[in-house]
Amino acid sequence: MSSDDLPDQGKIRLAPESFLDSDLIQSISRHGVDHRRRGLLQSAFGAAVAAMSGAVAASDQDILTLPEWSRTLGKPVAANPYGQPSMYEQNIIRRQSPGLTQTDQASVAFTPLQNMFGMITPSGLHFERHHQGWVDIDPRRHRLMINGLVEKPIVFTMEELMRMPSVSRMHFLECGANTALEWGNSAVPTVQYTHGMLSGSEWTGVPLSLLLERAGYDKGAKYLLAEGADGSSMTRTINMENALDDAIVAYGQNGEMLRPEQGYPLRLVVPGVQGVSWVKWLRRLEVGDMPYATKDEASHYVDLMPDGQQRQYTAIQEAKSVITAPSGGQKLQNCGYYSITGLAWSGRGTVTKVEVSVDGGRNWREARLDGPVLPKMLTRFHADWVWQGESALLQSRVHDSTGYIQPQRADLVAVRGTRSIYHNNAIQTWRVKPDGEVDNVQLG
Amino acid sequence: MCNWARWLLAFGLMVRMPFAFAVDYPAELWQLGREATSEEVAAWDIDVRPDFAGLPPGSGSVEEGEILWLDKCSVCHGDFGDSNEVFSPIVLGNVTDEDISSGRVAALTDPAVVRTTLMKVATLSTLWDYINRAMPWNAPKSLQVGEVYALVAYLLQLGYVVDYDFVLSDANIAEIQKLMPNRNGMTTEHGLWSVDGTPDVVGSACTENCEVDVTVTSYLPDYAMNAHGNLKDQVRDYGPFPGIQTAPVEDSPAPQHESDSETPEAALAANGCSGCHGLDRALVGPAFTAIKERYQGQDAAAYLADKIRNGGSGVWGSIAMPPMSQLDGETLDGLVSWLLENK
Repeated sequence: MSSDDLPDQGKIRLAPESFLDSDLIQSISRHGVDHRRRGLLQSAFGAAVAAMSGAVAASDQDILTLPEWSRTLGKPVAANPYGQPSMYEQNIIRRQSPGLTQTDQASVAFTPLQNMFGMITPSGLHFERHHQGWVDIDPRRHRLMINGLVEKPIVFTMEELMRMPSVSRMHFLECGANTALEWGNSAVPTVQYTHGMLSGSEWTGVPLSLLLERAGYDKGAKYLLAEGADGSSMTRTINMENALDDAIVAYGQNGEMLRPEQGYPLRLVVPGVQGVSWVKWLRRLEVGDMPYATKDEASHYVDLMPDGQQRQYTAIQEAKSVITAPSGGQKLQNCGYYSITGLAWSGRGTVTKVEVSVDGGRNWREARLDGPVLPKMLTRFHADWVWQGESALLQSRVHDSTGYIQPQRADLVAVRGTRSIYHNNAIQTWRVKPDGEVDNVQLG
Repeated sequence: MCNWARWLLAFGLMVRMPFAFAVDYPAELWQLGREATSEEVAAWDIDVRPDFAGLPPGSGSVEEGEILWLDKCSVCHGDFGDSNEVFSPIVLGNVTDEDISSGRVAALTDPAVVRTTLMKVATLSTLWDYINRAMPWNAPKSLQVGEVYALVAYLLQLGYVVDYDFVLSDANIAEIQKLMPNRNGMTTEHGLWSVDGTPDVVGSACTENCEVDVTVTSYLPDYAMNAHGNLKDQVRDYGPFPGIQTAPVEDSPAPQHESDSETPEAALAANGCSGCHGLDRALVGPAFTAIKERYQGQDAAAYLADKIRNGGSGVWGSIAMPPMSQLDGETLDGLVSWLLENK
């Protein structure tokens, strides 16, 4: 399509803020739309349409009229001792998927990926997944015990743990059930619900291997049980391979202590492994010689295959990527240049390449990786796109350092069926319609 | 006295190799933490493994289990472990004698069959361990050892794995595990247990004119677009990609400005009411609008206040409403008027 084929101007819609001046917006938000204000609205819209069809743009009232923030004294320091987002960002919050769970304690609140930048998830927007509600633990009364196949069982206070040599590492955290709703069909409207059990954070704590060394662990032991201090005392078996490699007993998240919803004051970090194994409110580690078949690895978090077999101890999060903007539920306002952006990650290593398609996977071109690109961490990617008002099918595809390439949904379903719930890392498709609306679709 | 020279030397080594340690750290590091007493280990080491290491001795009968179940568990799980209202069903009677004989639950291949706990779990230790550590839902770790045995026995009987006169104990539990209907239904033959595992599906590297079917086979119909609420309000409302308006546009959404903390809506949230009742949708309990529909115009205020304060069951379904005895009179009155008046 050449620029001569651009759709006519009538298709182009400007965002509302472009034709309303700020005083009118404020007045409407304060007093609602009455007869007088509706008249002002209509004349403003008419002026905007006239400006679009005319050759000369009208001057911008937001430039000509000094806004009140340029004419007043600002607020003092420490007005908010713990800073909060702007009042204009209230849409960007964690959200539940209605009807997904029947209790709010064993439930999920998803991260708003559609409006996030870079590779770090603000701690207050980190998705929540609890099995029996969250607790806020007094760190002075919290202990970590290591027992089982060790020379001597050991207990640590938080003071002792925080005194030990620490590391800070950036890693992604993805729930094994992320994208679970999408196995059979398009089920939810936005990337918040399709992929929002995902985060990237800097985690600070003591290398797990150091603590195991302190306890004198049996070098032949293959497994570790991690147990929480919450009501459910959630337990998961950790492969010793992961435990000794890069796992961290963490108390820090993005420069501050963990949030209570993320396991304050102590959680396990097992890079590359599904979130359920990152046991929160960690109170005990047991070194053992067999897997433990706990509830969340014997009843839940088992992947049902079409032959009725359940894959047990499915831990690794294979490479996956998703376009976060534009994505389902959003709307392109105008033809022209857009930067497609998204996230890619791999539980086995490092992202080496991301490709983007705008025609449903027929043709692909390489996206720019926005560094730093770190192992087992989210990588931000961008791809230029000129939209000319056509229908489009947006996809992204990641390659990782093991040579693995993210599969199309049809290929994944051909092997695993549609009922395995967990570990859906298929390529996601967003459809852009000619009116600019984007929705969540699946292809044949 | 501190030995600063050794610390500085060790610090240099740590910077170079953050995850390598042992010989490089000063000996004093290994004095942090202390040996746990046997009493402390016993207090926390409650896990029970598939080989039943960690299982405390004891026993409990199906009959005892049934009484306990009706008292503490049926509120959420249903009298027969079959309720799907709060949690996934535990037992549904779709395990056959053939399954128990083969150790593979055939119905797991049938998409029409709801997966129950007993259809999935291969190890009886899992049930014992989880009930012991996490149940009941609102009072975890309050069960006695014999009660846990009894409840596991009752579940096994509901699944026809044992008879009604059965008594489960530490002496026979390993034998009963060999009867679990899906004991042979698990596999670790997959690539997701180890970081070096082999993937079962790998994508294509094709970049031009790839052979893919681009037919759209699934999308959200218009009527479902608002099922998660108005998408316009869930996306940053300026910038390149504002959200789609999926809710009907209201003419003038006049915001209500009652005092924030004392509104009935705030009381509903603060007291957990909204966890079980939707405004116009039945969740665990009836919708608020349904309650209004049933009682409006009757002299039902005192009746409703009693039901909220003291709880009850059988009016709207089998799931009991827990007593809300913490509510003060004023809040309770406010809630009752709101229930009868809400729009």
